[in-house]
Amino acid sequence: MGLGSYRMTEASTIAIEFRDVQYKLAAGRLLLERFSLQVNRGETLMLLGRSGSGKTTCLKMINRLIEPTGGEIYVESKALSAWDVIRLRRSIGYAIQDVGLFPHYTVRENVALVPKLEKWERSRVDTRTEEVLALVGLPLSEFAQRYPNELSGGQRQRVGLARALAAEPPILLMDEPFGALDPITRNEVQMEFQKLQQRLKKTVVFVTHDVGEALLLGDRIAVMDSGQLRGVYTKEGFLQSADELVRSYMDVVRAGKELLGS
Amino acid sequence: MNFILTHPREVATLTAEHLWLVGTAMLIAVLAGVPMGILLTRRPKLKAVVLGSTNVIQTIPSLALFGLLLPLPWLGARADRLAIVALALYALLPIVRNTYVGITGVSAPVREAALAMGLTPQQLLVMVELPLASPVILAGIRTAAVITIGVATIAAAIGAGGLGEFIFRGIAMVDNGVILAGALPAAAMALAADFLLGTLEKWLMRRGH
Repeated sequence: MGLGSYRMTEASTIAIEFRDVQYKLAAGRLLLERFSLQVNRGETLMLLGRSGSGKTTCLKMINRLIEPTGGEIYVESKALSAWDVIRLRRSIGYAIQDVGLFPHYTVRENVALVPKLEKWERSRVDTRTEEVLALVGLPLSEFAQRYPNELSGGQRQRVGLARALAAEPPILLMDEPFGALDPITRNEVQMEFQKLQQRLKKTVVFVTHDVGEALLLGDRIAVMDSGQLRGVYTKEGFLQSADELVRSYMDVVRAGKELLGS
Repeated sequence: MNFILTHPREVATLTAEHLWLVGTAMLIAVLAGVPMGILLTRRPKLKAVVLGSTNVIQTIPSLALFGLLLPLPWLGARADRLAIVALALYALLPIVRNTYVGITGVSAPVREAALAMGLTPQQLLVMVELPLASPVILAGIRTAAVITIGVATIAAAIGAGGLGEFIFRGIAMVDNGVILAGALPAAAMALAADFLLGTLEKWLMRRGH
């Protein structure tokens, strides 16, 4: 299961690599240009940027929902063009803001989907479903038979996360997964995600426009602007950077703090 | 009204004939129309041609369509065969269109998530698109069924049988009782089909769509 025969004998520390990637729309507009970035195995890399900065385009290229018009992307040291797209996607968990749970499947059926597609044994599927739902704080007995329209926003997002983790993928792609939640729920889920990440140590690429979320959850932050990579920072590096865009992000954080009178 | 009561066997025979015409035509229309609708979602460029043609067929007056198909070699040989083909053609538009609309109406995040999880195109169709589109597809089949039951009365004009026989006979005899012997069972059939398929549609909608 997972990366199977594609696992390299000497484990590379780089899980995902973009080399000079370009994405040009048919009409000619460049959504992503000269994009080069390395994502280390086990790290949580935040893609931080405004709307239209190219961060979602970048993310969707990793599981080939979008194909680049130039450059090459490597996952586990293997070029995307050499991967079988179905195998690639089954090895990568995907969680988006609208979640996209199948409305005609129960919570259990939604979560068990990829393991079943991968033809796991029934008992292993059942065990794993229970395990991963417990991981996100949704007890099986209570939630297994519910349908998505019977869940709150936060619960749906958790099921989405459980579904993404179910087949034990080494890589997780997340596109503003907590963006639609109310601030209190969002904070709760962020905290839980943080704890989860410390336990599981997956390679995570996380798109956000929220600088607070980026600082909270990211090992490194890649700042994007108008389709280009502006810089990659550690938390400290970000806080100390003299870069104009980074400073304007920090101004926002500072303004928020002042509002609270701290 | 008396006619129906005094000629129950004839009414039953023609009703059965009518059901046979409608049933066979609907089966063909569904077996051809649903795949056509699915094909349109995969090749949107065909949309204009396919939906355009089924639209045109719909606009041809039913009697004229029966008449136009008459000279054709294999079709024109047997009246019921011709009637069934004509009826199937009429039933196509609602079925093809609703299949197309139903599938394209599947929510974008659901489709995106399904692809991202590594569903093959076939799995996407069978596990996601068709189940979620089924209420809309069924609504199209329901519309087609009701139309077909009505249009099938024209089949009698070319000798294909069915409840239209009574209607035409009644018109010729200027006898309302005979006309009703055709019209009432046909109307009852249409109502029954509408009700049964409507119930099925509601049952499908309950599945958390």
